Amino acid sequence: MQRLVDSLIGSWPQMLFAIMALTTVGCSIAVVVTQNIVRAAVWLLFTLTGTAGLFFLLGADFVGATQLLIYVGGTLILVIFGVMLTARGPFVQMKTQSGEWTMAAVVGLVLFGLLSYSILSTGWVKVVQKQSIEISEENSPTTTQLGMQFLGVPPQGSLVKRDPAGIGYLLPFEIVSVHLLVVMIGAAYLARAKRRKRAEV
Amino acid sequence: MGFVIATVQNQTMNIELTSVLLIGAVMFVCGVVCMATKRNAVGILIGAELVLNASNLNFVAFAYYTPFGIDGQAFALFGIVLPAAEAAIALAIILNFYNNHMTVDVDRADELKQ
Amino acid sequence: MSDLLTKIAWPFLLSVVIMLFFQFQAIIFVWLERKVSGRIQDRLGPTRVGGKFGWLQTIADGVKLLLKEDLIPKDADRPLFRISPYIVLCGAFAAFLAVPFAFQWAAVRLNIAVFFMLAVMSVEVFGVIMAGYASGSKWALFGGMREAAQVVSYEVPMAMNIVPAVIAAGTMNLNEVARMQWGGIWDWMCFHDPFTFFAAIVYIVCATASVKRAPFDLAEAESELVAGFHTEYSGFRWLIFFMAEYASMLAVAWIATIMFWGGWSGPLPITQWLGLWHTNAAGDYVPGTLATIIGLLNFIAKGYTLIFVMMWIRWTLPRIRIDQVMKTCLKYLLPLSCFLLLGAAAWPLVVRTRFGGQIGGAVAAAILALIVFKGILSTPKSAAQGRREVVYK
Repeated sequence: MQRLVDSLIGSWPQMLFAIMALTTVGCSIAVVVTQNIVRAAVWLLFTLTGTAGLFFLLGADFVGATQLLIYVGGTLILVIFGVMLTARGPFVQMKTQSGEWTMAAVVGLVLFGLLSYSILSTGWVKVVQKQSIEISEENSPTTTQLGMQFLGVPPQGSLVKRDPAGIGYLLPFEIVSVHLLVVMIGAAYLARAKRRKRAEV
Repeated sequence: MGFVIATVQNQTMNIELTSVLLIGAVMFVCGVVCMATKRNAVGILIGAELVLNASNLNFVAFAYYTPFGIDGQAFALFGIVLPAAEAAIALAIILNFYNNHMTVDVDRADELKQ
Repeated sequence: MSDLLTKIAWPFLLSVVIMLFFQFQAIIFVWLERKVSGRIQDRLGPTRVGGKFGWLQTIADGVKLLLKEDLIPKDADRPLFRISPYIVLCGAFAAFLAVPFAFQWAAVRLNIAVFFMLAVMSVEVFGVIMAGYASGSKWALFGGMREAAQVVSYEVPMAMNIVPAVIAAGTMNLNEVARMQWGGIWDWMCFHDPFTFFAAIVYIVCATASVKRAPFDLAEAESELVAGFHTEYSGFRWLIFFMAEYASMLAVAWIATIMFWGGWSGPLPITQWLGLWHTNAAGDYVPGTLATIIGLLNFIAKGYTLIFVMMWIRWTLPRIRIDQVMKTCLKYLLPLSCFLLLGAAAWPLVVRTRFGGQIGGAVAAAILALIVFKGILSTPKSAAQGRREVVYK
């Protein structure tokens, strides 16, 4: 009994990882399988939350919180608004033919086989420095490092350090800012209220 | 099952890089199948989000397990922000499509067909 | 065995404590709301249940809600209908994991505590939309969509108004930000520079709108859309929505308290003067246990004061229309937040010392106080005097 308890405690990261992994994988399969589009969005919510949990386990706290804030609290809301605004009659049930399902399932399985073969057969030992997920007590300052990278100062151990001038990710950061502005203007223009044409059905 | 046996034997399995990459692979394949099978345009968008999430997971996994620095997390941040922008444009296009066709069934978008 | 205690039992214990606190404060807030609304409307509020002040009124309300019939409409999507209150509740509850109730007394000591709280509270919106959709009624759906649009829009200026305080403090760790405000009222982050001061005020406005409260509660107003997204929810399910709403109110009030209004320290450093602090092993001058508990009480009192202000505004100001709500956010508050962010970022480059910033903050506060006073003094004492002033001008 004590051994079971000890191994239970010792594998606390493993248990958390198992919960998050099962959530993510199970709910992403449910996204594919369900026919109802609103239910698919709900399963996507749980998938994204599971992924955020995995990010937190992998030490990326800033990225995990950003995932929750932007993906769940932004993109998913956008998707569900799209679902609600394009609802007309039997919108929730659009059945796909079984022939297409079979073909897609076969392609999916082949792709998964290919991906898992390439993952499992690569010799990761050469590049991997950590063997397992450890939950540590102290806070690692990923926010500071990310912030410095986005301002153009790559911290130690970065792949970009081969450039002595040290550009970091300043240029992509600025480009993404302008990109978001352009996307906002474009989406607002595309989705503006226009006179509705008669249905071409 | 192996996890249970290992636990009872008082050994803990390591969560290696491959486990996290496999989760990413499953999500990616689910996203691709979702994009291929859904007839609703918003369903296709949901599949695209799954694919991009899988790639984010890969980036963060490499940032954790390898000594290549925190670049993976920086890329994952870009991979969160840019799909949000893409979803906005995709939904604007879907709304336009809906306004013209009264449906979001992509099988009805066949005006460019011969 | 002590390993079992620290690794498994302690997190569960903390979660249970926070959950109990969460429910207890819902009880207090429902009673407080009814008393405050009664007093503002020149009546007494509940006075019968539990003695003169109606202390047990909320318990009676809770019992009533538990005994109500649990209806699920025929057109409702049953699993989604059932699960959406819990999504809202989880979003609101998880925000309390990062709050430092007193010095080092946080459930999880996160480096990104503020960001985590804002991120988790944005999960609630999805529960609102699902509740609106799953109810199977068009009033609920409209209410849910409007509410989601409002909450999501106001999250942007809300987060943008936290950033001046984060820039001033240099960290998102709530424990560290509260540590920086040890000392008197002159150390409070809201007086750090004038931009932080205005950010503190605009944050309260945006936070009130983001928790669907006070003048921005069109989507759940009874005369507008029956009851918005929670029209079809009765009994205990409705109670979960309201627990989550009061919890969100408290969470945003506490973010404001720690980031702007001093956190655990009062206007004057009384516990330091009383000698309740000591130097610990690491050489830091930290409060002892009694001073920490006093800090906890101070913190809770400040949060409740902000909640009282929110309730006061609710029962004083009229409701705003939904297009006015969205216009306020997008046309007025968002550019204002951007301007405050720019100013707060540029301020340390212009004024190099903390003292200069405090002078700036005090000047901004004084100007605002003057404007408010002038407004109060020039308010006519009665309607008749107001009419006379209009006629004779």
